Amino acid sequence: MNNELSAIEKTVLTDYKYGFVTEIEVDEAPPGLNEDTIRFISAKKNEPEWMLEWRLKAYNHWLKMQEPNWANIKYDPINYQDIKYYSAPKQKKKVNSLDEIDPELRKTFEKLGISLDEQKRLSGVAIDAVIDSVSIGTTFKEQLAELGIIFCSISEAIQEHPELVKKYIGSVVPITDNYFSALNSAVFSDGSFCYIPKGVRCPMELSTYFRINAEGTGQFERTLLIADEGSYVSYLEGCTAPIRDENQLHAAVVELIAHENAEIKYSTVQNWYPGDKDGKGGIYNFVTKRGICQGAHAKISWTQVETGSSITWKYPSVILKGDYSVGEFYSVAVTNNHQQADTGTKMMHLGKNTRSRIVSKGISAGVSNNSYRGLVHVGKNAANARNFSQCDSLLLGDKCGAHTFPYIEVKNNTAVVEHEATTSKIGEDQIFYCNQRGIDTETAVALIINGFAKEVMNQLPMEFAVEAQKLLAISLEGSVG
Amino acid sequence: MNNLEYIKERFSQLPTVNEQNGLGVIRQKAFDALNKMGIPTTRHEEWKYTRIGSFFNKEYKYHTAGTFSEADLAPVRLPAYEQANELFYINGHYSPELSVIRSKGLTVQSLQEASKNEYKDIVSKHLGHSSNYLKDGIIALSTAFVQDGVFVHIKKGQIIEHPIYIYNITDARQANVLAQPRTLVYVGENAQVKFVETFNTLGNQESFTNRVIEIVVEKDAITEYYKLQTDASHASQVATTHIQQIGKCVTHTVTVSLNEGLVRNNLNIVLDEEYCEAHLYGIYLQHGQSHIDNHTVVDHAKPHCESNELYKGMLDDQSTGVFNGKIFVRQDAQKTNAYQSNKNVLLSEGASVNTKPQLEIFADDVKCSHGCTIGRLDEESLFYLRSRGITEATAKSLLLHGFAVDILEQIKLAPIREYVDKLISERLEFDLA
Repeated sequence: MNNELSAIEKTVLTDYKYGFVTEIEVDEAPPGLNEDTIRFISAKKNEPEWMLEWRLKAYNHWLKMQEPNWANIKYDPINYQDIKYYSAPKQKKKVNSLDEIDPELRKTFEKLGISLDEQKRLSGVAIDAVIDSVSIGTTFKEQLAELGIIFCSISEAIQEHPELVKKYIGSVVPITDNYFSALNSAVFSDGSFCYIPKGVRCPMELSTYFRINAEGTGQFERTLLIADEGSYVSYLEGCTAPIRDENQLHAAVVELIAHENAEIKYSTVQNWYPGDKDGKGGIYNFVTKRGICQGAHAKISWTQVETGSSITWKYPSVILKGDYSVGEFYSVAVTNNHQQADTGTKMMHLGKNTRSRIVSKGISAGVSNNSYRGLVHVGKNAANARNFSQCDSLLLGDKCGAHTFPYIEVKNNTAVVEHEATTSKIGEDQIFYCNQRGIDTETAVALIINGFAKEVMNQLPMEFAVEAQKLLAISLEGSVG
Repeated sequence: MNNLEYIKERFSQLPTVNEQNGLGVIRQKAFDALNKMGIPTTRHEEWKYTRIGSFFNKEYKYHTAGTFSEADLAPVRLPAYEQANELFYINGHYSPELSVIRSKGLTVQSLQEASKNEYKDIVSKHLGHSSNYLKDGIIALSTAFVQDGVFVHIKKGQIIEHPIYIYNITDARQANVLAQPRTLVYVGENAQVKFVETFNTLGNQESFTNRVIEIVVEKDAITEYYKLQTDASHASQVATTHIQQIGKCVTHTVTVSLNEGLVRNNLNIVLDEEYCEAHLYGIYLQHGQSHIDNHTVVDHAKPHCESNELYKGMLDDQSTGVFNGKIFVRQDAQKTNAYQSNKNVLLSEGASVNTKPQLEIFADDVKCSHGCTIGRLDEESLFYLRSRGITEATAKSLLLHGFAVDILEQIKLAPIREYVDKLISERLEFDLA
C-alpha cells in the first residue's frame, strides 16, 4: 500500500490554470498609502464629498490600529506603502454596452470560462466582472431593472443611488471593525452593489467575478447587498489571479442586510493563486464578510469553497437580530503545499427563537495548516436559540495540520447549543474497499473527498457546484499519501 | 501598597543564601518572568473569561497561621483518614507536625532539601516543567516562591495502599491570606498511588490560593488524582495540576468543583512516552455568584497514546462556567486516540457558560474528536417523572443526579466517592435514600 501511495506522491502538481496575465494598458496610482492616495481614488471615481470624508475617517482610524496577530497563520510583515491601491484597465470612455468593452479584457474572461457574451444569450447568471480595481461590466442590467432590482458596481451606485449607499455602507461592518476592514473602507476602489426591492424574488443568480491582473496591486473591493422585506436573492462570487512570485493583498469587505422575511444566499468559490509548491507567491486573502438578519424570519446563508490563496483569513458571520431569523454557514476549505487557512464563522444570536447551523469541512495536504475558528454567541435575550455546529477535518499526509478553535458563549438557559468535531485521515479500509472493486487509489481518494465535502457542495447552485468539484480535485491532485 | 508590590518586596526579603543551587536559579528566572508578564488580564487569551486582577489590588499577606486544635481540623478531615497518609499545608507551608505518613516507600521532604540530596537530579529536571505550558504570571508567581515547596517521592515498585490526602488549609481568621502551596511528586517505576486533595479556608477573611502540583509518572506506574474543591465564597484559587507521563503509564484524574468563590483549574497532561494512557474527568456544580474555569491541556508528544476527557457541569443562579480543552497532537504522535467532551446544563436565567474545546493536530494517522453541548433539562424527561407523581423539585434533582453519576463512578476510592456523592446530593437537595 505504501509503495502505491508514494507513486502517487510523485505525480506532479497540476499547474494553476488561471495563472496567465492579460496585457492591457492600465491606469494606476503610484504605490503608497496616504491621504493623497485616497483623494486620488475618490477623485478618479468622481465621488461625492461625504464618501471622501468617510474614507478619510476610516484611514485615520486605520493609522491608529495594529495589525492583528491572533490568527493561526504566519507571514512576513506586509509593507502597506509598497502596494498600488488603484489600478484600472484603461478605457477611453464610459461603456454603455458590453460590446464596447476592450476585446483583450473580454478574452480574459473567456479564458476564465466566463464569457460575457455568452452570458448575455444564456438565461442564467447576471455577472458583474471586476478586474483589479474596477468593475468592467455588468450583464443583464435592464432585465433586472424591470423588476426594480439594482445590480451594478458600487461606484455606479454611489453616483446613482447615494441615499441607499449612504444608509447601508458600514452599517454591518463599521469602519472601526478591524484592521483590514478599516483599510478597505479607506481605499476600496470598486465592488458590487445590489438592492432587491420588497417582495421581489430575483429570477436569476447574481454573480461577481473578481480578478487581480496588474502587478504589485492590492485588491480592495466592497460588496453591499440589501434584500428588502420578503425578497430573495442568490449571489455568487468567484475569484482568480495570475501567477506571481510576490504576495498580493486582497482585503475585501462584504456586507449583507436581510430585512423581514428576506433571504440571502451567498456562495463563494475562492480560487486566488495559492503560491507555488514551495510557498512562494500567492494571494493574502484577508476578508471581512458579515450579514445581518435585521427583521423577523430573515435568513442568511453563506456557502464557501476555499481552495486558493496562500493565506485565507476570513469569517463570514451572521448577526441574528430579528426574531426567528436563521443563519447558516457551509464551508469547505482545502489547503495544500504551504497554504494556510484560518477560517470559520460567527453566529451572534440576539433575537428570540433564532437558529444557526455551521458545517465546516477542512481538508489539509502537503505542509499546509488549516484552522477552523468560530464563535457561537447566545445573548441574554436570545430565548430558545438553537445552534448546531459540525467541523470535520481530513488530513492527507503527515506534515500538515488541522486545528479547531470553537468559542461558545451562552448567556441564556433556554438555548440549545451543540458542537462536534472530528479529525481523521482516509481509512485504509475505505481505500481497500475501492481498490477491491477496481478503482485505483487516486480515484478512490477523490471519491472519498467528494463524499466528505458533499454536504457543503449540495448547497451550491448548479453551475458552481460543478466548478467547485473540479477545483477540489485539481487542488489536491498529487497530494495523496 | 497593592498586592503585587507586596509580593515583589517579599521576594527581595527572602534569604538568598542558596542562590548557587538549582532552586535559586529557578526562582530568580520565574521572578523575572513574573515581572515581565504580570498578572494575566482578560486580554490574555487563556484568561479571556476569568478575571483575577482584582485579587491583586487588595491586600493579602503571607500570614503565618495560628495554632489549630483537633476541633478545628475535624470538619476538614476526609472520611477514612485513619487509614490514609495525611499531608497538611497551612497557608501554603507544609506542616510536618500535623502530617501523618503511614506507608513505607513514601518520602516527603522539603524541596530545598531534595534539591541538594540524592533527588537533586529529579528536582532540577522536572520542577517548573509546567511553565512550558502555562505562559502567564500566575505560574511564575508560584515558582518564584518555590522554596517552601514539598517533594514527594514514591519508591520504585511500591504500591501505596493508603491513599495520600493532601489538605490545603488557609487560616484566614486574622487577615487576608495569600497561600502558595507547591508540590513536586515523583512516582517511581511500577508504583501505584492515589491522591485526594482538598481546600479549606478557616475564618471569615478573604483568601487567595495559588496552588501548583507537578506530578512525574514513571514507566508502568498507575496514578490516581482526585481534587475536591468545596471552599467558601470568600476563598478564591488558581489550582494547577501538571502531570508528566515519562514512561508508558496510566493516570486518572477527577476534579470535583463545588466551590462558592472563584476557581480556576489548570490541568496539563503531557504524554511524553509511547503507549501512555490518560483519563480526565470533571464535574462542576455552581450556584450563587460562583465561577469555575477548567482549562485542560493534553499534549500528545509521542505515538500510540490515548486520552479520554469528559467534563460535566451544572450552573445555577448567577454562576458562570468556563471550559477550555486543548488537545495537541504533535507530528510524531501517530496512532493517537484522543477524545474530549464537555456537557453543560444551565439551570437559571442568569447562569452562563463559555466553552472552547480546541484541537491542534499535526499528525495524520489519528482519531480525534471533541464535542460540547449546552442546554437545559429535557422537558420530556421532566414530564415523564411529573406524570408519575414526583414533585418538580425532586424530578429535577433526580435528573441532575443522574447527569452527575457518570463522573461519580470514576472516583475509584469508595469512601471518597460516597463522600462526594453526599456533597453533590446535598447541593441538589437530592435524597439518596
